[in-house]
Amino acid sequence: MRHARTVAGVLIVAVLLFPLYWMVNASLQPSGALLKPSPDWFPVAGTLDGYRKALSTQGGHLLSSVLIALGTVVVSLAIAAPASYALAQLKVRGGTSIVFALLIVQMIPGIVMANSLYTVFGNLGLIDSYLGLVLADSTATIPFAVLLLRAFMVSIPRELSEASRVDGAGHWRTFFSIIVPVSRNAMVTAGLFSFLFAWADFLFAVTLTTGQAFQPITVGIYRFVGNQSADWNGVMATAVLASVPAAVLLVIAQRFVVAGLTSGAVKD
Amino acid sequence: MTLTATGVRAERPTTTRRRGGGYAGYAFLAPVLLYVVVFFGYPLVANLVMSAQDYTVRSFYTGEAPFVGFANYAAVLANPLFTTAVLNTVLFTVGSIAFQFGIGLALAVFFSGRFLGSATLRSLLLLPWLLPLVVSGAVWRWMFDQDHGVLNAVLRLVDAPVPWLTSTEWALPAVVITNIWIGIPFNLVVLHGGLKAIPPTLYEAAELDGASGWQRFRFVTWPLLRPVTGIVLMLGLVYTIKVFDVIMVVTGGGPANATQTLTTWSYALSFRDFAFGQGAAVGNLLILVATAFGLLYLRSLRATLAEAAS
Repeated sequence: MRHARTVAGVLIVAVLLFPLYWMVNASLQPSGALLKPSPDWFPVAGTLDGYRKALSTQGGHLLSSVLIALGTVVVSLAIAAPASYALAQLKVRGGTSIVFALLIVQMIPGIVMANSLYTVFGNLGLIDSYLGLVLADSTATIPFAVLLLRAFMVSIPRELSEASRVDGAGHWRTFFSIIVPVSRNAMVTAGLFSFLFAWADFLFAVTLTTGQAFQPITVGIYRFVGNQSADWNGVMATAVLASVPAAVLLVIAQRFVVAGLTSGAVKD
Repeated sequence: MTLTATGVRAERPTTTRRRGGGYAGYAFLAPVLLYVVVFFGYPLVANLVMSAQDYTVRSFYTGEAPFVGFANYAAVLANPLFTTAVLNTVLFTVGSIAFQFGIGLALAVFFSGRFLGSATLRSLLLLPWLLPLVVSGAVWRWMFDQDHGVLNAVLRLVDAPVPWLTSTEWALPAVVITNIWIGIPFNLVVLHGGLKAIPPTLYEAAELDGASGWQRFRFVTWPLLRPVTGIVLMLGLVYTIKVFDVIMVVTGGGPANATQTLTTWSYALSFRDFAFGQGAAVGNLLILVATAFGLLYLRSLRATLAEAAS
């Protein structure tokens, strides 16, 4: 059969993505139906109650997460882009050591960072603050963004920035008018991954907030699930809503996603 | 999702090397240097100091934390939970990586063949990797549910249901299964990239020599994929050792510490028992393990790195 491999491929994808189907399925079934001895494989008696519950109890948490994720994108790019330019194009002394240091700090387990930041933030009054979480999430995204952007900017012909300098532009002018526009794709990839990381962050969220001021959505789901009598319909509806950014990004920005994912490991 | 970039790619050899940067270069680097010092340097030193102090919740208010030397480390090592956590960490890491890699490689080989829809199907498989880990954990916890979970509904048809999350025997396999599912896409994509880099002429030559499918894999694919394999396994190791979200959501380290790893234990010591000194001590042990593997990984990259930065 000509399409035997396609059929096998579809089956593999169906099996591997089954948990996602099961999440959507549960998000559409009334809570009572989920507790039957044998599950309903399709949401025939579909209801949007779960989503109503999700939005009323978790809507604020979703909004908090959006703010934190956007803040992380801004802070990460603002700090990483100039640094990458210097490392890639300006050949500063000690540049290699800085790159090496950024590679090393990526290996530090998040729980160690959380433990240390908790005491530091306690002194600075950054517990339960949006700014605090943005800065904490940036510990993961800044090294990633610098290494990714630097790898891209190295490939920009130096003649380009030199020509701009000859024309009388300063370093900052060259950076903003030449380097940033040329690196747009790499910036999108770095920004996208910063967003996804901050959106998905649970470790910093659960250690650096007490839940009194606001809660990111990941903590919301964690506390929701932790209830002894978990309301799975509401939990799964919230889970679906929390998956939306990832799904949207996969559809509209797939090439950037693959670029970011493989930047971690494959050398070309 | 964990972010790790090597930033090392094949780079254009430049003939003109001038120290054009000078002070301007440092102006561009100043923000990142400041950030690294404040958000990595200072906390890590604080963590090291804290691990030598009797740091409790009271210390936050009084600012007093008596110096105790290595007492925190001694307490951690003497704690019977230490052996449990180390053993669980090893089982969790080895179990996750072995299956993620094996399944990822099989799928990479399968999807490297050109057939209708192969690219689309492959990109769909990325989805589990992009989802927040808390979401994946919640979904699996629901599927593992003893009375209403779908896994037991299927198992009941053929055999007895399994008390996935309530028995000390099954909880660890359950979190390992969840983590395998999450890790497959990463292995698949990176190995797929590696497979694409192998020249097709080698396969044609092997086929002419009468090599079977298995022989082509064994003598062409496997040896030529080795550099990529090394990187995937090493990164997998560094990721997996520090997994936190998945375990916290699926089991919370329980039941009876059956899924407590060094990472979750460090969290529990600091944020549940408020023994911050001991939590810091476990964290520092974890750093040691992670950097040991990290350096091993970087060593494999060193040649490229030196070349890139010269």
